[in-house]
Amino acid sequence: MARMKFLCDAERCIECNGCVTACKQENDVPWGVNRRRVVTLNDGQPGQRAISVACMHCSDAPCMAVCPVDCFYHTEEGVVLHDKDLCIGCGYCFYACPFGAPQFPQQGAFGVRGKMDKCTFCAGGPEPDGSEAEFRKYGRNRLSEGKLPACAEMCSTKALLGGDGDVIADIYRTRVTMRAARGTKSGPPWGWDTAYAPTQSAAGTSPGPVPAPAPAPASGGKS
Amino acid sequence: MKWLAPLAVATAVALGLAACGERPQVVQYKQGSYQGKPDTPPYQNSPYNGDKAAWDRAVATRAQNQNEYKRTN
Repeated sequence: MARMKFLCDAERCIECNGCVTACKQENDVPWGVNRRRVVTLNDGQPGQRAISVACMHCSDAPCMAVCPVDCFYHTEEGVVLHDKDLCIGCGYCFYACPFGAPQFPQQGAFGVRGKMDKCTFCAGGPEPDGSEAEFRKYGRNRLSEGKLPACAEMCSTKALLGGDGDVIADIYRTRVTMRAARGTKSGPPWGWDTAYAPTQSAAGTSPGPVPAPAPAPASGGKS
Repeated sequence: MKWLAPLAVATAVALGLAACGERPQVVQYKQGSYQGKPDTPPYQNSPYNGDKAAWDRAVATRAQNQNEYKRTN
């Protein structure tokens, strides 16, 4: 069974915001709502990186756990979706989400929170597939057309990968192995040493064999 | 009446140690159960009409478009 995931290759992301534009265009996202955004880390410093962030469709989603009206659900493909007819716009999911994925449209002069809106992995929502109601509430349902999310498919450098977790992990692994084989990249993928302890052994056999350069000091990002 | 003293001691020990157990006292939050409208799987309607295998193949093929090593080599 497919388990849909996003993966952003920070070595490739050029901060073009094409994914953001594609998402907004494809789903007709209202003004002020960004289902996807590009975050820059260590801006202006050597080692600057950019990553594209949206809902990560967590396997154990915190938004789902805290929702007081239980409007979230996991699809068979592992996509986290929600029912806007049930959402009360309380914002708990925004506090719970580590990625800041839930967005709230500002309606009216006093910024009243509307119903939550977030990345749907271009899988629509609980309305008939491809219907007008589905598009109006959740955006395009590309998955039902056998397509993948617009942001990933139109990424010019293919930094943002989207699809079955196993498949995109294979693509990324091939990419990292090829980089190491060409010798164009001296260190492991960015963030590798944060996720895994640096290893000195097994050089040339895995994505993380080569010692990483000294990490740049962390600083705030901009979005 | 010889058995009364050991019984009293055993009861006292049992009651006295009853509070010494280390049971988890943190609230176990259970994942909410969905209350909204049902959704259909993406392969349910046209063009796949319930053919999950065909949909899986289409998505897997589509995903490989993101792999430029396969596209160029």
